[in-house]
Amino acid sequence: MTPLTNDEIARYSRHLILGEVGILGQTRLKNSSVLCVGTGGLGSPLLLYLAAAGVGRIGIVDFDVVDASNLQRQIIHGTAAVGRPKVLSARDRIADLNPEVKVELYEEPFTSDNALRIAASYDVVVDGTDNFPTRYLVNDACVILGKPNVYGSIFKFEGQASVFNYQGGPNYRDLYAQPPPPGLVPSCAEGGVLGVLPGIIGTIQATETLKILLGMGTTLSGRLLLFDALAMSFRELKLRRDPNAPVIDKLIDYDQFCGVPKRSGSREEHPGASGPFRRMNVREVADKRAGGWRPFVLDVRGAAEAAIVKFDWAEMLIPHTEVAARLAEIPRNREILVHCKLGGRSAQAAQVLADAGFDVVNLEGGIVGWAKEIDTGMPIY
Amino acid sequence: MPVIQIPSALRSFTDNQARVDVEAVTAGEALSALAVAYPSLRKHLYSDDGQLRSFVNVYKNDEDIRFLGRDATPLAAGDTLIIVPSIAGGLT
Repeated sequence: MTPLTNDEIARYSRHLILGEVGILGQTRLKNSSVLCVGTGGLGSPLLLYLAAAGVGRIGIVDFDVVDASNLQRQIIHGTAAVGRPKVLSARDRIADLNPEVKVELYEEPFTSDNALRIAASYDVVVDGTDNFPTRYLVNDACVILGKPNVYGSIFKFEGQASVFNYQGGPNYRDLYAQPPPPGLVPSCAEGGVLGVLPGIIGTIQATETLKILLGMGTTLSGRLLLFDALAMSFRELKLRRDPNAPVIDKLIDYDQFCGVPKRSGSREEHPGASGPFRRMNVREVADKRAGGWRPFVLDVRGAAEAAIVKFDWAEMLIPHTEVAARLAEIPRNREILVHCKLGGRSAQAAQVLADAGFDVVNLEGGIVGWAKEIDTGMPIY
Repeated sequence: MPVIQIPSALRSFTDNQARVDVEAVTAGEALSALAVAYPSLRKHLYSDDGQLRSFVNVYKNDEDIRFLGRDATPLAAGDTLIIVPSIAGGLT
């Protein structure tokens, strides 16, 4: 193992005098490697703490760019980084925090084609992703490569954390054999998330990663940790190998497995279900409105979102999950223009309405698309 | 009386109740009672063929009911039934 330099001995003093880490443990960290998939809410604290702790080599996978709405929780990125690729922003912050760390960047989506190649050279993989297909991919790649997968996931005020595939322990498919179909489980993009929550869960993931690299303590392998920020409570559940779980011996098409349309590089694409409702982009709707078109405008976002910004010509607010139960409130004698933030939830609502016999149009791009292209004075959230 | 703990992700279907008391002596009865009390929750717990969905885990205290007696898992007063749905984070 490469020994510590005098500069490193000065830097890691508080680890070195901690007997459980010591010079041997710190040297192990220096000679170890971690792959972090995602540099968002979970990846931010993870990367900062792993870099500060002196993990020698850190790989970062992310194809996204920093958005203003990330800064409330993705603390590795600063205001000046808005619009920059996240991997570059993270690299610069880590270089400032600890130039001893070798950072390897993968500015590409993590896919079945590259996952095994990318993950192969790292000791531990940390799941800081934000979607089901990539979570199953990270899990399966770790199972195939025999690497521990440090898991964390968040929603609103609650988080989950565990260590999968470590020393024969259970993996993500033992916890959830199947992903939920799209639309049945809300995401942080529509449900929101308390900014500090990924900080707590990501820091737990960093702790577990360091324990694995150092070979000390008792990890969360075989346990699912639940955190509730509102109640400020931690609860621990037992996690066992599922004897009925399928054998994982090759990577599959995870978008298909999770029932989601192919993702391209953009996050703002929300291709809706195909169905007998019409779609119009914001320009088409603006032109038709200018020509006197007055459909019944139904906003299917949550009340909190409508409080941020709304069309003053929207006539009704029904969250998309409630549309099916509240059809009686919607007029049948008018065309319905349904919208949400980006067009995804409204496509689901449009499908429900079309199936119920309504004459419905989905506003593709949603109110954010409108704010970007039609009324640029509107706030974008 | 056993209590069911509702996760954030499903509280919009339980009038934002985090804990719901139910009259039940098995896990299956408890979940059925919950779905009767909050009908819009049903499709999030059960598939069309009446099976508990595979991405919704249910624990009696700290044990997964899949490894106890599934729906027949007995409940006593003071037991907590915890619903733990699959959550992914930001993107749908």
